Amino acid sequence: MQLEIRPNVSSRTAPDIDPLLSLSGITKTFPGVRALSDVSLKLFPGKVTALVGENGAGKSTVVKVLTGIYQPDEGGIRIGGQPVRFPTPQSAENAGVTAIHQETVLFDELSVAENIFLGHAPRSKFGLIDKKAMVARAREILSGIGAKIDPGATLKDLGTANKHLVAIARALSIDASVVIMDEPTAALSQKEIEELYELVENLKRQDKAIMFISHKFDEIFRIADFYTVYRDGQMIGEGAIEDVNEPELVKMMVGRDVSQIYPDRDHNIGDEVLAVEGYEHPTEFANIGFTLRRGEILGFYGLVGAGRSEFMQALFGITRPSGGSVAIDGASITIRSPAEAVASGIVYVPEDRGKQGAIGTLPIFQNVTLPSLARTSRYGFLKLAEEFKLAREYTERLDLRAASLDTNVNNLSGGNQQKVVIAKWLATQPKVIILDEPTKGIDVGSKAAVHEFMAELAAQGLAVIMVSSEIPEIVGMSDRVIVMREGRIEAELDRKDITPETLVTHAAGISEAVQ
Amino acid sequence: MKQILASRELLLLTAIGLLLMLIAWRFPGFVVPSNLVVVFNDTSPLILLAIGQMIVILTRCIDLSIAANLALTGMVVSLVNIAVPSLPIIVIVLIAIGSGTVLGMLNGILVWKLAIPPIVVTLGTLTIFRGIIFLLTEGKWVNSHEMSDAFKAVPRTDIFGLPVLSWIAIAAVILFSVIMTRTTLGRAFYAAGGNPHAATYAGINVGRTQFWAFTISGAIAGLTGYLWVSRFAVAYVDVAGGFELTVVAACVIGGVSIMGGIGTVQGALLGALFLGIIANALPVVNISPFWQMAISGGAIIIAVVLNAQANRTPGRIILKRAEHAT
Amino acid sequence: MSSTRSIPDRLRSPIERNLKSWESLLLLVAVGIFIANSFASPYFLNAWNLSDATFNFTEKAMIAFAMALLIISGEIDLSVAAIIALASTAMGAAVQVGVGTPGLIFIGIAVGLLCGAFNGVLVTGLGLPSIVVTIGTMSLFRGLSFIILGDQAYRGYPPDFAFFGQGYVWWVISFELTLFAIIAVIYAVLLHMTNFGRAVYAIGNNSTGALFSGIRVGRIKFILFLLTGLMSGVAAICLTSRLGSTRPSIAFGWELEIVTMVVLGGVSILGGSGSIPGVVIAAFVMGLVTFGLGLLNVPGIVMSIVIGALLISVIALPRLWSMWRSA
Repeated sequence: MQLEIRPNVSSRTAPDIDPLLSLSGITKTFPGVRALSDVSLKLFPGKVTALVGENGAGKSTVVKVLTGIYQPDEGGIRIGGQPVRFPTPQSAENAGVTAIHQETVLFDELSVAENIFLGHAPRSKFGLIDKKAMVARAREILSGIGAKIDPGATLKDLGTANKHLVAIARALSIDASVVIMDEPTAALSQKEIEELYELVENLKRQDKAIMFISHKFDEIFRIADFYTVYRDGQMIGEGAIEDVNEPELVKMMVGRDVSQIYPDRDHNIGDEVLAVEGYEHPTEFANIGFTLRRGEILGFYGLVGAGRSEFMQALFGITRPSGGSVAIDGASITIRSPAEAVASGIVYVPEDRGKQGAIGTLPIFQNVTLPSLARTSRYGFLKLAEEFKLAREYTERLDLRAASLDTNVNNLSGGNQQKVVIAKWLATQPKVIILDEPTKGIDVGSKAAVHEFMAELAAQGLAVIMVSSEIPEIVGMSDRVIVMREGRIEAELDRKDITPETLVTHAAGISEAVQ
Repeated sequence: MKQILASRELLLLTAIGLLLMLIAWRFPGFVVPSNLVVVFNDTSPLILLAIGQMIVILTRCIDLSIAANLALTGMVVSLVNIAVPSLPIIVIVLIAIGSGTVLGMLNGILVWKLAIPPIVVTLGTLTIFRGIIFLLTEGKWVNSHEMSDAFKAVPRTDIFGLPVLSWIAIAAVILFSVIMTRTTLGRAFYAAGGNPHAATYAGINVGRTQFWAFTISGAIAGLTGYLWVSRFAVAYVDVAGGFELTVVAACVIGGVSIMGGIGTVQGALLGALFLGIIANALPVVNISPFWQMAISGGAIIIAVVLNAQANRTPGRIILKRAEHAT
Repeated sequence: MSSTRSIPDRLRSPIERNLKSWESLLLLVAVGIFIANSFASPYFLNAWNLSDATFNFTEKAMIAFAMALLIISGEIDLSVAAIIALASTAMGAAVQVGVGTPGLIFIGIAVGLLCGAFNGVLVTGLGLPSIVVTIGTMSLFRGLSFIILGDQAYRGYPPDFAFFGQGYVWWVISFELTLFAIIAVIYAVLLHMTNFGRAVYAIGNNSTGALFSGIRVGRIKFILFLLTGLMSGVAAICLTSRLGSTRPSIAFGWELEIVTMVVLGGVSILGGSGSIPGVVIAAFVMGLVTFGLGLLNVPGIVMSIVIGALLISVIALPRLWSMWRSA
């Protein structure tokens, strides 16, 4: 247990108005974890309150308490001063609390209108669903948020952004006084984000109390009126947004000063190791070509949905490209499966750790040795001692924190899970390592460790491809950057040209306009 | 109207039309209305059970005990009929539905409250239900002469040219079409199976929804149990033995996705009719009835291949079409 | 606490873990049933009776081992009993044209492998759900038997063919029991001591994660279907030899008993966990229950109630217990 003096909960600017919704003394424990410990939260009518905290700070748990998905062990919720209880999601909706959740919570096989009104559809006589009224109301709500979507369309025929708008429409279909937005802009384009901001302003004018969860500081400072900071399931501070600045917020979030310093690197770039030419796929990407050298970190930047991960998964053999060629050390190879990619020395650390990266229900050592079993076995028979030896070598190199190598990966924190995935690949002694959003969902402390390790790998001569949507990370780590837009390479930038401005303009496809 | 018959159902309807034309080409007698009435009546129990099974499969479960439930309930009402021959048939029907419902609820409770995988639960109850029939009867049959005339008459009674059995199937198709599309419970079945995680967020209790699916499936199986034993005027341990797989087959052929969330009452109806027509046509076209099993097996495989092709996602659409065409 | 520290390999020793396992609990149940049976019937503790009793499970258990691997990998094969029927029918047809014992064995195994390959191609090649595919092939394979045989039966197997189902290797040790033991050892080694077995567990726990770790998921699942088909072919040889005749209804309903045996043995029906020793003990438990009730003149169908109740309660009781404790 770290000895640390907990900062006084600072409540510097108490607003004159009474909160519409308040949480006090909320505690929630899960087996082995105290997710929330005596936290509070206030939401005011006509105001936006930003809930800020690192991953694992308890933000999602609070959202689930507020929407009736979790029951708190202790503490109470008040709406308009009256104590309320939300034993079910339905009861939270009835009390006027609605949420736009982080994950898509929609149903592909149902129509747009049915998705919006699932659980609270207008009824006709005999208690049947009144389809006409439902479609009319859906059309009304959709046009209210500026969405041009047919309420009768089946959801699976919609694009990602439109699905998101349906999710927002669903939240607004409940005549709610409290609207919770859990990272609502994560899947949206810049234009859609602007529209969302307008929507938030609109909701403020209707005197709704809004809770806004975001990792983007520019966003928080732009639309929030108040902030609340959680850390490790505890309440750290709250106040008016104009009384705080970015470094202060970060300090509250992480509990120490963190200047985002990226490791110094000698840029010892060696021979060409990977050459890709003319990679294409019917719907996902076209004409991707580049080279990569030993010791180099090549950044792939672009907006979410620009086709970067899709291309990387094709390069790793998950999907089949419709054309193109790859060469490793000058020799042409074909990659038809991940097994072949690994055999050629290309490995991939996926963005989705839970599903694709690690096998959470198996122990650490089995995860690490899985692609290297041929080396730790004899004639196909396992040799456990060899496995433990290999697993220890690489997990210790990465400074993994775990009770034992026999611990299941699921019991580790996000940062340590990522270390297991990286250790797994380093044990195969690859030539090219692809890291897809390597620090997404990892706390600030582990982030720095991953960056330093990346620099060390490059220094040892490994060729690194880093897919990232975080501009500071791209600028801080890359020797060279490829910017992708709509499935194509928009620009290739050398070290001296990598600035936030060039990245953003190329990613948005407005570079010509700027020039 | 177009949405009611999605392409899956339309495709199957066309296949059934072609099948009937093919048979009619050589054996016109098969498609005369009087024979089609016989075929429909013969298929009615399968239609009823397929509707129940479809609802269960929609919620990502499976009910392998559906035929055993039918057999047990059929035996229970037969024994009741022997014990109290004067009991009005409406009471018999209520007992059948009640008994089936209780057996369905047993499955549902085990799936909901104990979170035991549905295939394990219904594999277990399948053998238990049939075993209980044996315990009730010591393996003896209940034969036609032991049943009261009123008991046997109901499913065969003719109303406007169709037997009551057929009318019940038609009523079930209409009733469940309304339930599935126009009630919150119906929508909950789709939501719970299509995306259980999201359903929880939408305030739907997935486990309880599955419980209701099993309950409905049980109720239908119970009613069908009475209709079955009274129509064939016999009840014994192995009534409808193995029929659960035919029911699943009807659903799969009807476009119900075993992964949950996809399926319609119309689809289940058409899937059942497809198998029913084949079963009735085989003797007519002089093919040994021993072919039936292999044909329905082949039909399941073809249907599941076609369904999978239809539901396949080609990958994310990132490239703009115009640009890509160049 | 120092900054560089060594992570221990294990916190609990394998022995400690095994003592608390499902398999040891099941072993206690088996011993309990054995003792209860020996008190219940004077005929139970007789070497020849016990030997006869093993025929209740040996053929099913051979398939159950392969099925266990398949279920651990997250798939299932409900067509196994139908494969027995088709393989047996093919052997019966071959007898009619004078094929001898070696040829019959070849045919039985070949039909099993072909059926397994057919399932494997549909599931791994076309990406279809195995439960539906094998419900379909179950009807198809047995349906083919019905087309060939109708209500007839094949007989007239050569005398030396009888050894596989009726022969004894030494004293009361039958050929089938010996084969069962050999196959059990092979599958235990394959699952628990080889890279292949490790990959099977990885796929069952998270098939996407396994694919992304460079495991050839499709190929391994295909091999598992092939193995299940192979074992069904072997079981078909033993069963046909034991019965001396083939009807299309041979081994009817066995798929459910085999799945029950696998689940009773502690294999998670959702995939990812389970062991061969567990399945071996489950085979003995089912065999002992059937045999014991048989000695008490309890009819077969009642045994199926017991088996069905066993299947549900072995999963339900631990969950009820933990619910009761946390309440």
